[in-house]
Amino acid sequence: MKGRTLARHGKEGLKNLGRNSWMSFASISAVTIMLFVVGVFLLLIVNMNSFISSVEEDVEVQVYIELGTSDQEQAELEQQLKNLDHVESVTYLSKDEGLDRLIDSLGQDSEAFESLRDENPLNDAFIVQASEPQQTEAVAEAASGLSYIDSIDYGEQVVEQLFNVTKILRIIGLVLVAGLMFTAMFLISNTIKLTIVARQQEIQIMKLVGATNSFIRWPFFVEGLLLGVFGAVIPIAAITGGYHYLYTNYADKLSIDFAEILPVYPLTLQISAVLIGIGVLVGIWGSITSVRKFLKV
Amino acid sequence: MIELNNVSKTYANGVNALNNIDIFIEKGEFVYVVGPSGAGKSSFIKMIYREERPTEGSIQIHGTDLMTLKEKHVPFLRRKIGVVFQDFKLLPKLSVFENVAFALEVIEEPKDVIRRRVMEVLDIVKLKNKARFLPDELSGGEQQRVSIARAVVNNPRVVIADEPTGNLDPDTSWEIMEILENINRNGTTVLMATHNREIVNAIKKRVIAIEGGRVVRDEPKGDYGYER
Ligand SMILES: Nc1ncnc2c1ncn2[C@@H]1O[C@H](COP(=O)(O)OP(=O)(O)OP(=O)(O)O)[C@@H](O)[C@H]1O
Ligand SMILES: [Mg+2]
Repeated sequence: MKGRTLARHGKEGLKNLGRNSWMSFASISAVTIMLFVVGVFLLLIVNMNSFISSVEEDVEVQVYIELGTSDQEQAELEQQLKNLDHVESVTYLSKDEGLDRLIDSLGQDSEAFESLRDENPLNDAFIVQASEPQQTEAVAEAASGLSYIDSIDYGEQVVEQLFNVTKILRIIGLVLVAGLMFTAMFLISNTIKLTIVARQQEIQIMKLVGATNSFIRWPFFVEGLLLGVFGAVIPIAAITGGYHYLYTNYADKLSIDFAEILPVYPLTLQISAVLIGIGVLVGIWGSITSVRKFLKV
Repeated sequence: MIELNNVSKTYANGVNALNNIDIFIEKGEFVYVVGPSGAGKSSFIKMIYREERPTEGSIQIHGTDLMTLKEKHVPFLRRKIGVVFQDFKLLPKLSVFENVAFALEVIEEPKDVIRRRVMEVLDIVKLKNKARFLPDELSGGEQQRVSIARAVVNNPRVVIADEPTGNLDPDTSWEIMEILENINRNGTTVLMATHNREIVNAIKKRVIAIEGGRVVRDEPKGDYGYER
């Protein structure tokens, strides 16, 4: 194909949008609505996922050291903990720091505990972080076999339930997004098909005056691509703008200490790219599959 | 050269439109195809540019065997044959200019050549001043002239016209005939289905008469033949 023909196809595709303005409007509206819904869901799911991850990552094993353990024995224990499988890091936490942390985490009711500072009931501890949150239990079990240990705490039930819940949440999220995308693809390509069925006769005429199939297909390809791009404009603007507003005004309210709402960038850029991608794919797919049916003249 | 051997056509609904047709048309000939409505003239013509395929027999166009011609080569056959369709077949959303230009765009002519050539033929069919009009802003006769312009714009070797004067007033009809004769004088084969007695009897050419799907008459410099 010559360059000028490619340029012709591009121009023709753009012109066709105008020539079939009502049909184009219908298709672009369908793309717009679906991409908007998909975009909002993506935002929710990506945020939920990051939220879950930070909750999971907050899971740690507290290894309390037996009273009267010497410094050398303590160093030995630290080394042994570091040598366990699936251990990411081992941090020393003195009983005073431990109490600070406890009091901090209690927030408003903390004053009652201030009196404990004189008679700290806690032991010194090692905080062990598993390489993967799911390995926390295994690490705790392995650590319990070591000596110089007073007790081990990792919130057994809480951790197990947490992982069960997060697993389910992730699956639900994935299914929702996948289902939405398929519905979107189906609806959009159907709308585009309707607009092309109306042009069946034109396609036949083009063939009768000597156009090859690819010559006919190209402008439709361009048209589908443009439908996708134009359909993505409003959802991208709305989602980026809306998220920006939400983030600047309500970030604190939407965050719980360690788990924070994701920053506007690069998240909205990534979602914009995904939306354009889906729009273009669906547009091209819808128009090309519909044209194919009418090319047999 | 157009050669039909023992061609028959039965449509999917069972209508038997052509029966054992044998026709040989030399390169550069001018041929009228006459016959009553429903005789099979359009069916015969549609075989030549492969809109329809015969159910029996064989067709050769300029050495191309239409029976074995692959689907992907059909567009190239059609580019060598300019067709004036009985129902015009104009692209409804394209302007007059764009409709005619389409035949040149498919063969990837440069833009300036397209422009020049399209304006030339629009001048010949007297539609230069309506180049920007859409088909449904034109009268039937004007649409027919656009169809003629599109058929001849790429200097095809064969021009097939299915009742090209069907919707035209007598004056314009004669002008169209002049166009077709001019093309023919340059060596293009012209095949024209018509009901126009005056023209056939005045501009004497070979006449093939079809009735009930059979060739009933084939004579050089023939008459229209049917009495009123
Ligand atoms: N696509 C089709 N499917 C079924 N039957 C058809 C089809 N096209 C034509 N026919 C039938 O074939 C016969 C011949 O039709 P054709 O169009 O060839 O006649 P014609 O000689 O061109 O008539 P006219 O002078 O009215 O244009 C008619 O009986 C018609 O009903
Ligand atoms: Mg006819």
